[in-house]
Amino acid sequence: MKGNFEALAVMFGKEPIKPKRITEQAIKIHKDKRELAITPETIAKIKQELKNARQGNYSKKWRNRRWTALISINLLFTLSFWIDIQLFEGSMIASRVLGFHMADVYSALQVVLAYKIMFINLAIGTITVFFIWIFLGGRAFCSWVCPYHLFAEWTERIHIKLVEKKWVKDHPFHRGVRTIFWIVFSILAFILGYALFNSINPVGIVSRALIYGPSLAILWVVMLLLFEIFYSRRAWCRYVCPMGLTYGITGALSPLQVTYHLPDCQHEGACRVVCEVPHVLECVKKSRAKEVTVDIGTDCTLCGACVDVCPTSSLRFEIKGLSYLT
Amino acid sequence: MFTSKKSTPRHQESRRRFLRTMALFFGVIGTSLATIFPAFAKSRLRPPGAIEEGEFLASCIKCGQCVQVCPVQAIDLADIDEGMGIGVPYIDARSQACDFSCDAVQCILACPTGSLSPTVSKKEDVRMGLARVARLEACLAYHGQGFKGQARGPHFQGLLRYAEIDRWKPIPVKDYPEDRELCDLCVCRCPIEKAISLRPVEGGKGMKPVIHEACVGCGVCEMICPVEPTVIVIDERKTWETA
Repeated sequence: MKGNFEALAVMFGKEPIKPKRITEQAIKIHKDKRELAITPETIAKIKQELKNARQGNYSKKWRNRRWTALISINLLFTLSFWIDIQLFEGSMIASRVLGFHMADVYSALQVVLAYKIMFINLAIGTITVFFIWIFLGGRAFCSWVCPYHLFAEWTERIHIKLVEKKWVKDHPFHRGVRTIFWIVFSILAFILGYALFNSINPVGIVSRALIYGPSLAILWVVMLLLFEIFYSRRAWCRYVCPMGLTYGITGALSPLQVTYHLPDCQHEGACRVVCEVPHVLECVKKSRAKEVTVDIGTDCTLCGACVDVCPTSSLRFEIKGLSYLT
Repeated sequence: MFTSKKSTPRHQESRRRFLRTMALFFGVIGTSLATIFPAFAKSRLRPPGAIEEGEFLASCIKCGQCVQVCPVQAIDLADIDEGMGIGVPYIDARSQACDFSCDAVQCILACPTGSLSPTVSKKEDVRMGLARVARLEACLAYHGQGFKGQARGPHFQGLLRYAEIDRWKPIPVKDYPEDRELCDLCVCRCPIEKAISLRPVEGGKGMKPVIHEACVGCGVCEMICPVEPTVIVIDERKTWETA
């Protein structure tokens, strides 16, 4: 399962800590690895792998699948309006997909707090979406559906290049601020009687612009992307987006997850280099895994970058208790 | 040399990160609050069934489903310059009025949040506002003049459903040249019965449009008026009680 109390706490902003109890099998593997002699060849190999990870030279299998899904879904929204095929009506915030009501959970919460009434169709849509992402892994919404995420991925590549050239530096924020945003935006919606977050939500702005045509509001999104290029890597998705946090909570019960397998891992950390939320990969550090297989926490967006980059296939997609996905 | 715990590099970095995070927090919250402030944003004609303006702004989830279902695409979404209304739907009647081509107020049926109230189920029950003759002195009928040609010129993109051509399908206004001996387009194109009529002007040779209680404020008269700028306008959200 993606979520346990520690995983939730880490998602809300807590620094990951060393596990207190480690199983005997895991202790043995950790010990064997420590006793293994490190040859200059291994070091060179690991260095090369890290470099490849930074430069993006690795398999793109899951990324390609993911981009196909993300672009298709957003295209279906756009085409439903443009050529009136009426499959995905509305936008990412609320829609009717094949006639079923859908509504983004946090946007709906904003509206309900502001308006103080929940209309039946909105309730149906919100519950539908909630259950969909319980099964499909919560924040998988972010990397597999959210249109802002795709643009942010592209600008992230620029950011990484600039960092390599030492032209810019990544400025991390405290991750806990995302939880505070979630709470403060909720309180503001209630007090002001207005869904404040929905009007600056880049997901809604990008989605509406893709479907109904460009708007001035895109300037706000451009500003955010520039901020992410020149100042702080993936700032919106990592430190702000309350939608993402909501899906993270939703996904805590999800059977769909990434699983870490200790035995073959070389601990070179390529996965942490490519990860959008590296704090969920604390267990891949040397001697940190508390079991032989570890469930990756609920803040994971299931983007599959770590699965793609891992040279030893130590990170894999899994439907918990059923099978591994290849 | 004595160094206090607080000046270790690690501590300094953590302090800087804290200050950065505070700046991020106030930056984002400040920006979002700034979207409220253009309270001077123009008041807009809302789609059929829109509830009271404050509640409308609160309840609209900004999904645009009303935009999608409208057969004449009368509904637009407000941009960032509309202040508090960003992303909420409005109708610019002069460029494309709601002519009830859908017959069943589709936008209301599409609205997931009840911002467009489902208590309104037919066009006669809609109350978007009221038409008002704003520039009688420019009215063609007032001067006894007729109108011949495309009501809004060859470049106008708006659509309207003409019952005598196709009961079901709206067509471009520019494809339907008018020929009226006395200009009465606002009356004959009105989709609501008994909402508007022409009455003789006392002591004059012409006629003038008079708005009646049945008017729903859809804006077809504002769209079709061939005079530039329009003679007849919609006062959004006005009712006979507030008039």
